[in-house]
Amino acid sequence: MVIAQVPEIRFNQSQLLTEPALPGEQPSEQPAQQEASAIRAYLLSRGNSALADRGFHWLMVLCALSIFGIVVLIATELVVRSRIAWGAFGLDFFYKAFIDTYTGKPIYWDPVNGHFSALPFLYGTLVSSFLALLLAVPLAIGVAVFLTEMCPNWLRAPLAFLTELLAAIPSVIYGLWAVFVLVPLLKEYVNPVLIKGLGWTGFFADDNPTGLGFLTAGVILAIMILPIISSLTREVMIAVPHSQREAVLALGATRWEMIRMGVLRNARIGIVGAVILGLGRALGETMAVAMVIGNSPQIQRSLLANGSTMSAVIANEFAEASSDLHLSALMELGLALFIVTIIVNAFARMLVWMVTRGTPSSVH
Amino acid sequence: MGVGIEVTNLNAWYGTNHTLQDIDLNIPANHATALIGPSGCGKSTFVRCLNRMHETNPIARVTGTVLIGGLDIYADAKPVEIRRRVGMVFQRPNPFPTMSIYDNVAAGLKLNGYSNHHVLDEIVEKSLKNSALWEEVKDDLKKKSGASLSGGQQQRLCIARALAVDPEVLLMDEPASALDPVSTSKIEDLIFQLKSQYTIVIVTHNMQQAARVAEKTGFFLNGRMVEFDSTHKIFTNPSDKRTEDYITGRFG
Repeated sequence: MVIAQVPEIRFNQSQLLTEPALPGEQPSEQPAQQEASAIRAYLLSRGNSALADRGFHWLMVLCALSIFGIVVLIATELVVRSRIAWGAFGLDFFYKAFIDTYTGKPIYWDPVNGHFSALPFLYGTLVSSFLALLLAVPLAIGVAVFLTEMCPNWLRAPLAFLTELLAAIPSVIYGLWAVFVLVPLLKEYVNPVLIKGLGWTGFFADDNPTGLGFLTAGVILAIMILPIISSLTREVMIAVPHSQREAVLALGATRWEMIRMGVLRNARIGIVGAVILGLGRALGETMAVAMVIGNSPQIQRSLLANGSTMSAVIANEFAEASSDLHLSALMELGLALFIVTIIVNAFARMLVWMVTRGTPSSVH
Repeated sequence: MGVGIEVTNLNAWYGTNHTLQDIDLNIPANHATALIGPSGCGKSTFVRCLNRMHETNPIARVTGTVLIGGLDIYADAKPVEIRRRVGMVFQRPNPFPTMSIYDNVAAGLKLNGYSNHHVLDEIVEKSLKNSALWEEVKDDLKKKSGASLSGGQQQRLCIARALAVDPEVLLMDEPASALDPVSTSKIEDLIFQLKSQYTIVIVTHNMQQAARVAEKTGFFLNGRMVEFDSTHKIFTNPSDKRTEDYITGRFG
């Protein structure tokens, strides 16, 4: 049997070498096919799939290009539809406000009289986001350290699952929870302490009894960005080789020193990346913030004061914008949010570059 | 200067796996002692018991007595104290990739709050000279990262890092097994020079290496120490049949 098969195979191979099947040609038409084994006949009948391959290639190129398409479409739409506001205010939109001639106070946002300025929203977005980072980053790193380095095995999976579950809750649910639980809590127990203890700094003024404001928004944002930062931090910490931990331990390090020198230090680039992602989410987050920040277009030093963010004002006013100028101003805010996000990301990348330039980023 | 190590009735487990059984051993001060044996015989576990690294694995367990310079390391000391006195070099070079060469060497001292720059400079230079790396790295001590060096240089950097804290004992767990022959011979030369100042315990797969660097050699098999004697005797006239079979290449 074996001897009988050998010439067949040889014949087929030489036939393939001398006469490769052309794309689209039916191999079954070739005379050698009749003598081929059933499997070889089947394989040859498949053709070389060149057409399908090319089709797949272009389909994937199309998918990739659609990303550029979407970005360009969004940017053009924002630019085109914000033209009226841009024509009316120019760059002043971003750093000036209409000054009321009677009171001498700035009026940032007055749709009725057509005064629009992005300032209070830029301020609100940045303040609430950085407040969120300030609260979330240490907590998230703490969670990640506990989960990777000291958590008993039976607790690890449930705790990690719960942390990731936080990311899956819709933001309007966070908003509702904040309105009914967080706001009263802060109002009753936290804010009075802050006002009493740190009121002298000016950051905690006793003039807003609602419990809404920058701090409340910052706290709810912190809870929302906690899972993304902690799960990413956890992943980069797990990726740190065990040999690094042993190297530090062998030098006589305590557990905390081992975590600081052997784990966090090696994972720091990834942790910065995680924080950037958290910041990105905080900057754009709309619903929960709109529900607790107070929606008042003002710039106050006090973190307990009401404020507003770019995304919150767009969500609140878009449906009932009274004039073309109002609508256009909201569009321009959208454009500004777009640009702020890009600037923040660029800044964060620069930070990563500054952190990493001293040492070649070699991971082993 | 180094100190001697006295091991009495040492047993170690990984989970239910009894990896070391009733080890009794006296390791002399200021000499190199080699531990040989086939893979999985317990020789690595043994050195990891000498600086209490074995127990960093949550499923690991140790019983018995280990006296290092007279100090009972399991009864009378914390792991952190022991590891400051007993340096360790691992099988794969593990420098800190985010630190400069200088910071890698100074890591142990900085960890313990040492911050006098003049003294640190001196110690870093001395340690790098002791590990025969100084000439190759002295120009970019603070410029290059520990990970930018070659594998052999990285291992000598790890030796310098261990030497910087002035240990009494230096444990080396197959320090040359991941290195090329040139780097290996450099490490061996180094061990030869260092053994007058430190008590060195070296685990090795390579019997020639044991014969070249060590005065004493122990042969481990299946978690037991079969024979411990002068290197010369082990390699020329072993008293146990199993040792003879191993060194003549009949198994392992």
